Amino acid sequence: MDRRDFIKLTGVGAGGLILPLSGIAVSAEQMLDKPMDVAYKKKLADIALNAAKAKGATYADVRIGRYLNQFITTQETRVDNIVNTESAGIGIRVIANGTWGFASSSNMTPDSIAKTAEKAVAVAMANSKFQTVPVQLAPVKGVGDVSWNTPIKKNGMEIPIKDKVDLLLSVNDAAMANGASYITSILFLVNEQKYFASTDGSYIDQDVHRLWAPFFATAVGESGFKQRTGLGNPVGMGFEYLDGKEEDKIRISGANVGYKNSYDMVEDATAAGKQLQIKLKAKSVEPGKYDLVLDPAHLMLTIHESVGHPLELDRVLGYEANYAGTSFATLDKWKSGKFKYGSDIVNLVADKTQPYSLGNVGYDDEGVKTKEWDLVKDGTLVNYQAIRDQVHMIDQKESHGCCYSQSWRDVQFQRMPNVSLKPNKKDISAEDVIKDVENGIYIAGRGSFSIDQQRYNFQFGGQLFYEIKNGKITEQIEDVAYQSNTQEFWNSCTQMAGKSDYRLGGSFFDGKGQPSQVSAVSHGCPTTRFDNINVINTARKV
Amino acid sequence: MTILTEQHAKTLLKKVLSFSTADECECNLDGQEGGNIRYARNTVSTAGEQSDLTLIVQSSFGKRMGVATINEFDDASLKKVVRRSEELAKLAPENPEFMPVFGKQKYTSAKTYYDSTANVTPDYRANAAEDSIKPSKANKLVSSGFLQDISRFTAIINSKGLFAYNKSTNVDFSVTIRTEDGKGSGWVTRDYNDIKLLNTKTASQVAIEKSLGSVDAKEMEPGKYTVILEPAASVGLLGNMIRSFSQRSADEGRSFLSIKLKDGEKGPTNKLGQKMFDERVNIYSDPQHPEAPSAPFAGNGFPRNKVNWVKNGVIATMPNSPYWAKHTDATYVPRGGSFIMAGGDESLADMIKNTRRGVLVTRLWYIRSLDPQTLLYTGLTRDGTFYIENGKIKHPIKNFRFNESPIVMLNNIEALGKPERINGNMVPPMKIRDFTFSSLSDAV
Repeated sequence: MDRRDFIKLTGVGAGGLILPLSGIAVSAEQMLDKPMDVAYKKKLADIALNAAKAKGATYADVRIGRYLNQFITTQETRVDNIVNTESAGIGIRVIANGTWGFASSSNMTPDSIAKTAEKAVAVAMANSKFQTVPVQLAPVKGVGDVSWNTPIKKNGMEIPIKDKVDLLLSVNDAAMANGASYITSILFLVNEQKYFASTDGSYIDQDVHRLWAPFFATAVGESGFKQRTGLGNPVGMGFEYLDGKEEDKIRISGANVGYKNSYDMVEDATAAGKQLQIKLKAKSVEPGKYDLVLDPAHLMLTIHESVGHPLELDRVLGYEANYAGTSFATLDKWKSGKFKYGSDIVNLVADKTQPYSLGNVGYDDEGVKTKEWDLVKDGTLVNYQAIRDQVHMIDQKESHGCCYSQSWRDVQFQRMPNVSLKPNKKDISAEDVIKDVENGIYIAGRGSFSIDQQRYNFQFGGQLFYEIKNGKITEQIEDVAYQSNTQEFWNSCTQMAGKSDYRLGGSFFDGKGQPSQVSAVSHGCPTTRFDNINVINTARKV
Repeated sequence: MTILTEQHAKTLLKKVLSFSTADECECNLDGQEGGNIRYARNTVSTAGEQSDLTLIVQSSFGKRMGVATINEFDDASLKKVVRRSEELAKLAPENPEFMPVFGKQKYTSAKTYYDSTANVTPDYRANAAEDSIKPSKANKLVSSGFLQDISRFTAIINSKGLFAYNKSTNVDFSVTIRTEDGKGSGWVTRDYNDIKLLNTKTASQVAIEKSLGSVDAKEMEPGKYTVILEPAASVGLLGNMIRSFSQRSADEGRSFLSIKLKDGEKGPTNKLGQKMFDERVNIYSDPQHPEAPSAPFAGNGFPRNKVNWVKNGVIATMPNSPYWAKHTDATYVPRGGSFIMAGGDESLADMIKNTRRGVLVTRLWYIRSLDPQTLLYTGLTRDGTFYIENGKIKHPIKNFRFNESPIVMLNNIEALGKPERINGNMVPPMKIRDFTFSSLSDAV
């Protein structure tokens, strides 16, 4: 992939993830030394809010964003790209005549900001002709001037480029020395500096950091090639995530190492090389019904697709029908208070507050203080994910605080918070979960994933598959994918490990909306068992 | 304004180059302006207007390279982004695969820009949405749709005298129309460079008919079926396959186009020149295609001309990088901007009429790779799947999950229809035998 494709992938080329800072000297390695002055941002925000009100807006909010990214791409023994990106601009959202309007611009002169606000009002007025139900906002009390920042220990932007390059090249060396033929390793650093203000009287300054260090290794053998991606996760942390502390490692006998709140990337690459060589010769799975034991770096994606998305209220109501689809988890099921989403031991919670998570912020992108709430309690569906203009539709008075926009350029809307499976109250280990399985498969790492537009039927692959016989992992196998139905799957959940095994996984680029926007979200869970699941063999002769 | 004229873009880029102290410097300037409207539950939901202009600066010293981007354009910001890219280049290790930028090039022209699209207003969008919502309501159906118009320009300059500029417009429209009880769903999409070709009312009628016709779908056993894939149903699989064409991946043994040689054995390492598909399969890119034009140059300023990827079922060309082309003594061919698959004259209606037993598929959804070696993909049918018997649509059927490879699909062709524009590409409706459906889905 060349750097232009890469910039487009990350949304940078479309102004998605970046922003600049006019006239201030910023060195390549230290882009954070002089953020935009808060008092100046407040002045610009007030220009927007006043211009919108003057044109007839009954509500307005403004987001002034400066988005910094750095990404370093390496392949085998070479560095392909070192890229710093920066993008600044303003997004203004209004309600006029009971209708939403939005406009954004990278031009942040006072005159341009006022014109952008007027444009947002003009869009709202034009659309109000055909608006049949006026927008209804759940009340939010203004919080005045406040700030929040991701609690990082080491700012990745301040780590010397050489140290980052050396780390990635040592990862590549480790994989190649142990059996990989090719490897790409990447470091993404994201810093969102965003300032939110609204006519409710809030002025919120937030400094958000995220990091992801994936690798993609391939081994070519006589019968073809196999791939293995890294088992690390994107996180809401600084560079300390890559310290790879021993206390954060969970070793599964005969299988992989799982990583909690720090990641040993070189160790994982070493294992990847060895596992790739086994993959080339591994037994192909016999299709049939198996008890599955899913590690957190795998199960996070199943949670994301089969719990996170179907419980987004905008999907349930039909607002996403034309893109990602609707949801099987309809309002009548929720209202009944009896819909068994999963077995009695399944407790799924949403939050925007979990430390180290990608969703962790102080306030969402419409100024609502973040919190944690239940989605599925003791197996029963109890709530959805909803924002200010939706909660009245489920007879609630308070937004859940999960509104987000990928940049100043795009309008904010309901996005998935962290959605996590609570661990077993009894603190048993992953190996304790495996030891009771007679005929099963242990799956680690995220692989192919596909689910229908109402989130019933899904099919998931993985990175590493191990046969379990009589409570013990026997050997690595290949070509595994499982197909199931969301409700059946979660009702087949029979066991899970405890809090010591609980780990966060995540997605850096969750897509939703039209125009499509990306969002970063984490999912925590322990190693978990699901019984009698249909496994297919994905090998095919062409 | 973030849509700069060619002259304005050139002047700005020359100024950026004047700040460079690197051995080589290449700059891309990309601007876009546009608006969108979303509607759902038969009413407008969100809408907006956006504009942005981004400068990408790539600097190199010897074989060391760095890249930085910015979206502010005062002199201080321009100097800053150039300096930042140069600092990054100095910090980067030497890249043994570094290639110098290209010199001046000649380009063909492509008709990618229309004033009609560039001049769309919020009122136009609101009325276009209403033209789709109104007939849905009249049929007691629920519509949710999206219309987006964008004007873009892209310009590139480098320190060896290359300059290229292209301006384009695009409009995308799609709508999903469902029955109130959620038992039926239909969908349609249209995209054009010229918005005058778009009629949201007539397009929505297709989704209305599919929605009404898909109510009370019956279950059919998963298995192998003859399918008629509308262009929206095959474009995803075809696009994934075209994106998997890469000479380097093939030569390195990690592609469906690889030939694995034994130790010491000599011969070709990729399947260039091999027949892999039915001989009716012809896939190419052409920036000057009248219905699906694209910019006549790649992101590095190298010209894009008409190129055959598959000719009469034979692998005709694989894109590569300048480095890999030099390394293997091959011609450098950049990826195409869009792809065109040739077809025949048969209409979709004719195809249905000529089918004894089969499944009509409106679209495929959530397509994901299962095995890059065989290009096996999975995904699901969506928004209108129908059983055909003796030349007629007999009844709607429940959606299927498929597990299939486009390699198999393009070897099992029964018929190809007249190509239609879809997502900027041209794709014919296809009749395919033995398409593999692996399970049923309850989703509507």
